[in-house]
Amino acid sequence: MEDLWCVALGVFQLWLFVVVFFITLPAMFGLSLGVTGLYIQILVKILEWATLRIQRGRQEQPSVPVPLPNGIIERAGGSMAEEMGRPGCGRFAPSDALYFCKKGLESIADDQVTQRFSSEELASWNLLTRTNQNFCYISLRLTVIWVLGVLVRYCVLFPLRITLAAIGLSWLVIGTTVVGLLPESSVKNWLSELVHLTCYRICARGLSATIRYHNRENKPQKGGICVANHTTPIDVVILANDGCYAMVGQIHGGLMGVLQRSMVRSCPHVWFERSEMKDRHAVTSRLRAHVAAETKLPILIFPEGTCINNTSVMMFKKGSFEIGGTIYPVAIKYDPRFGDAFWNSGKYHMVSYLLRTMTSWAIVVNVWYLPPMTLQDGEDAAQFANRVKSAIARRGGLLDLAWDGGLKRGKVKDSFKEQQQKMYSSFILGQNGINNQ
Amino acid sequence: MGSRASTLLREEEIEEIKKETGFSHSQITRLYSRFTSLDKGENGTLSREDFQRIPELAINPLGDRIINAFFPEGEDQVNFRGFMRTLAHFRPIEDNEKNKDHTASEPLNSRTNKLLFAFRLYDLDRDDKISRDELLQVLRMMVGVNISDEQLGSIADRTIQEADTNGDNCISFNEFIKVLEKVDVEQKMSIRFLH
Repeated sequence: MEDLWCVALGVFQLWLFVVVFFITLPAMFGLSLGVTGLYIQILVKILEWATLRIQRGRQEQPSVPVPLPNGIIERAGGSMAEEMGRPGCGRFAPSDALYFCKKGLESIADDQVTQRFSSEELASWNLLTRTNQNFCYISLRLTVIWVLGVLVRYCVLFPLRITLAAIGLSWLVIGTTVVGLLPESSVKNWLSELVHLTCYRICARGLSATIRYHNRENKPQKGGICVANHTTPIDVVILANDGCYAMVGQIHGGLMGVLQRSMVRSCPHVWFERSEMKDRHAVTSRLRAHVAAETKLPILIFPEGTCINNTSVMMFKKGSFEIGGTIYPVAIKYDPRFGDAFWNSGKYHMVSYLLRTMTSWAIVVNVWYLPPMTLQDGEDAAQFANRVKSAIARRGGLLDLAWDGGLKRGKVKDSFKEQQQKMYSSFILGQNGINNQ
Repeated sequence: MGSRASTLLREEEIEEIKKETGFSHSQITRLYSRFTSLDKGENGTLSREDFQRIPELAINPLGDRIINAFFPEGEDQVNFRGFMRTLAHFRPIEDNEKNKDHTASEPLNSRTNKLLFAFRLYDLDRDDKISRDELLQVLRMMVGVNISDEQLGSIADRTIQEADTNGDNCISFNEFIKVLEKVDVEQKMSIRFLH
């Protein structure tokens, strides 16, 4: 019995030694031993082989369904007038109903909005059980690789990542509390930045994250507002690996609350009580005050308001664009082959989401810093928001949608239906027919 | 490592749906994925609320009528067979449509059946006639508040006048077919499903 304990203790000590010296310390200084890079390269080779194998298997078994990442149907894009197929000019024809009928059935077969709130469908299976929607047994070799993958992910990577995450988060709490005890000075700010950066770097290692930053000359400056598309709470870790931001959000209870309260001791984040969040005016004025103090860290805001599945960018709420100050847009794109980063908050709780992320292959993400934008003359906040959204969508290779991310939980506004009705009315009355009532 | 979508849909069912609707095997499994993603209650059927959750359908002026078309008389739930049967009306008409069983009724996506689907959008009470009131109802749904009652009434009267041939002041199905004989119904009521 004694020997067993000694052996177990020895293994544990060795484990900690490896983790601390080979992962945590280099991470803190932003260095890399290149292990993750090698791992990603091997993974890419395996996935490419798997793709070819599945394609071959599909040719042999024609009943295997083909994934259609572009949708189930092909739509003819056209305006209402074009698709009616007849000149309007003051006439109604019973065939007009066919137009709405077809549009309706098309949206039932495949619509642009509801698919954004669930995980993206992959073009080819990436050897994770959870993405095994439309794939079936192809070959023995593939199955063996998949089993190996499961073992590696759950027995080797997962404990490693949990350890790192635990170290990272406890370091954050302890470090920020200690720094918070110091008096206000530039030394305190520098130390606080150091603590935050190192902690986020450790957490990023805890997810096997490979982050590529582009255009770092456009990095958000102090006194600015950083806006980005939102896919997952991990977005915060991804962005904070490269700079310090003042977070904005609602104060939670539990573990999140502990983190939030300790973080705010060392540098000014903007946390709101739940009651304050409803008062838009109070929120805007607090953020405005933060931005006006030009020495404070740039605020990080996600104007979509909710997590979208990283295939598109949905409507940006104009509140963030009314604060004033310079906007620094950032586009974040995850590589779906290595793991599904999207948090489907309706389906998974935070804890199960983190467990799933920690048992994926890796998180590979591209971050583009876009040039700063400001409100132009003759533009209102909503138009400015749309302009920023289009720029982010273009840069990140995402679809630019005008739909509201709030449709995840809520109903669509009646004004959109009224818009359709108005368009149809002016169609059948002729262009200036509306005035002849 | 089975395919999650198809394990709930047996091969025999897929074959039956294939025969009835003419969709291909892969189209049926894809549409089954779509059906399950819309089925938030996960009970194998869709209710009207499930359809209403599609934003593009909720803003469609005829959205409610279209949703009604899926539900058989008096029922509140539609299963996958019913879902496919209704969608089948919108399959494109193929020239070399293999009709193995010529004694059976025409395929669901024939021109006549497409027109019948459109006719039923107007004919709410299913009495095989579109009355002036029913036409007014549909017109009102399509134009909203933008046209006055009088103007809408005259539009409805003119439409019935032009279509009505037997003088009963209603549009029967045959009169409806006649009105639409020059319209390219195949193109207007077909959806291009990808294989």
